[in-house]
Amino acid sequence: MATTLDEATIARDANRRIRRSDNITGWAFAGPSVIIVLGLSFIPMIWAAYLSLTDSNLVSRGHFIGFANYAALAKDPLLRQAFTNTLLLALMYLPVGLAAGLGVAILLNQKIRLIGFYRTCFLVPFVASAAAEGLLFAFIFDSDFGIVNAGLQAVGLPRQGFLQNPSQALAVLAVVYFWTQFGFNIVIYLAALQDIPQEVAEAAAIDGAGKWAKFWHVTLPTVRPVTIFLLVWGLIDVFQFFDLVYTTTKGGPLNSTLTLVYYIWQLAFNYFTAGYGAAVAYVLFFTSLIAIVAALAYGRRRRITL
Amino acid sequence: MTGQQTLQPAPGVDPALHRARIEEAERRMRRGGWRRHLPQRGHLLLLPLSIIMVLPFVWMLLTSFMTDTEINRLPPTLWPHHLYTAGYSTVLASSDFPYWFLNSLIVSGAAVIAQLVLCSLAGYAFARIQFRGSTVMLILLLATALIPIQLTVIPTFEIFHLLGLINTLGALILPQLTSALGIYLMYSFFQSFPRELEEAGRIDGCSRFQVFWKIVLPLAKPALAALGIITFIYAWNDLFWPLIAITSSRTFTVQVGLTTFQGEHVTHWSQIMAGTVLTTVPVLLVFLIGQRRFVQAITGAVKG
Repeated sequence: MATTLDEATIARDANRRIRRSDNITGWAFAGPSVIIVLGLSFIPMIWAAYLSLTDSNLVSRGHFIGFANYAALAKDPLLRQAFTNTLLLALMYLPVGLAAGLGVAILLNQKIRLIGFYRTCFLVPFVASAAAEGLLFAFIFDSDFGIVNAGLQAVGLPRQGFLQNPSQALAVLAVVYFWTQFGFNIVIYLAALQDIPQEVAEAAAIDGAGKWAKFWHVTLPTVRPVTIFLLVWGLIDVFQFFDLVYTTTKGGPLNSTLTLVYYIWQLAFNYFTAGYGAAVAYVLFFTSLIAIVAALAYGRRRRITL
Repeated sequence: MTGQQTLQPAPGVDPALHRARIEEAERRMRRGGWRRHLPQRGHLLLLPLSIIMVLPFVWMLLTSFMTDTEINRLPPTLWPHHLYTAGYSTVLASSDFPYWFLNSLIVSGAAVIAQLVLCSLAGYAFARIQFRGSTVMLILLLATALIPIQLTVIPTFEIFHLLGLINTLGALILPQLTSALGIYLMYSFFQSFPRELEEAGRIDGCSRFQVFWKIVLPLAKPALAALGIITFIYAWNDLFWPLIAITSSRTFTVQVGLTTFQGEHVTHWSQIMAGTVLTTVPVLLVFLIGQRRFVQAITGAVKG
């Protein structure tokens, strides 16, 4: 009599068995990755929180000193300088970088020939290493033997200090950084533009939209999510600005190119004040997190009001 | 829309003529008309821009074949008098460059192989298998993208120091074995992958792993190629972590080694430029071969 009754139980049993085997295979597949990625990010993150409360010198554990590091960093002129420099870098690079990327992407989107050739040219600086490019531009902008100064002199303009001049070095780095990221911005914008349905553009044309009207009312709204993405990406990247500084100015002259990450690296691995470095890193982390969340919130609000 | 109305012939116009005009207009729109045979105006801006983008690399290549005297001359030499290869031979013979190059190849190669395996396994699991905690884990994985390396680098150094990994290639390989971005790439690929094939495999009695290995992976080659290219470029170009984790010259990667060419007082630019050329060539080759996949991957990761 139980045989028919048990069909439900059998089905439930089978289901449970499948779910259990799915649990096992799922974790077997994803487990290694999960352990490595989470282990190498959350454990160090917690450890860094503890470190920031000690006077660790990187190799020894150090003593617990409470919030002394955080109190000290509020009065640290170098940290303020590094923060200003990083912010300036973002302000110099981001608006121009995004606008120029969109501009070139619009040009490339007009069914232009040689598009493959152009894309390759624009992407090469993005693909090559920042270390090699930093060395290359240290040479190009060298105040004595650099080709840029030779060019300036050839046309009768005064030679410049560039990376050796405290009031120019950061701007030069912004230009080099723009050059390295240009292709990425173009390619991302181009992909977004190619997603605009042909009919929308045609409808705009039929409704008598001129080039500018089309740009404001069709192109810009469509690429807004991508703009937000590039903004967030750019912020994350600028907040991690290191390679170009290390291979060109090493933070100089007169700390004019000292960026936040370069400063943290110096604190921990040059001056061996790891505890203090961790505190600075935490402040930087929360600052960038606020900036990113603000950018995302702004993007969301704009999309709703549209 | 006004489009429909304009298709009606105006009163008194022969309908056949009207139809012929429309067809002609459509044909012209399709061909782009005579304008097609003119150079497009966009090239006036794009051509100079693209040249500016690659010019620094041309300059790098040219100076790598010059002598230091040629480089330090005022005004500078623009074209090497003959292909002077002392920069290259110095770099290859009198520095540890061959070690650095080999180390970079080992680290990048290991990263590519490991990520192809681990990221596709994890991406597949998150996309297809409903296991306990999968949603939470996926969110946590993606959230790690917001944790900057400078926050984790100091404790990671200490942990690796305790593990005895500092100054070994293992310290460079371990963090590259898998990545949140790679998992996300494979996850979004497998989500858009047709389920029917896998179900057929399941009905035929294949295990999850057999389905994954024999049916899914062979069809995932485009995504795997994209992941491999991105991983190689990223691993090859990394400077920050190798600079911290490695202290002895023979264990350097190319990027770290390159920076040691910068002298405190005298800088031998011909050697540096030869070194940067040798460092850049592998990554450019990979990019040029896999460009289509590379572009697909970075744009795909954005659109998600």
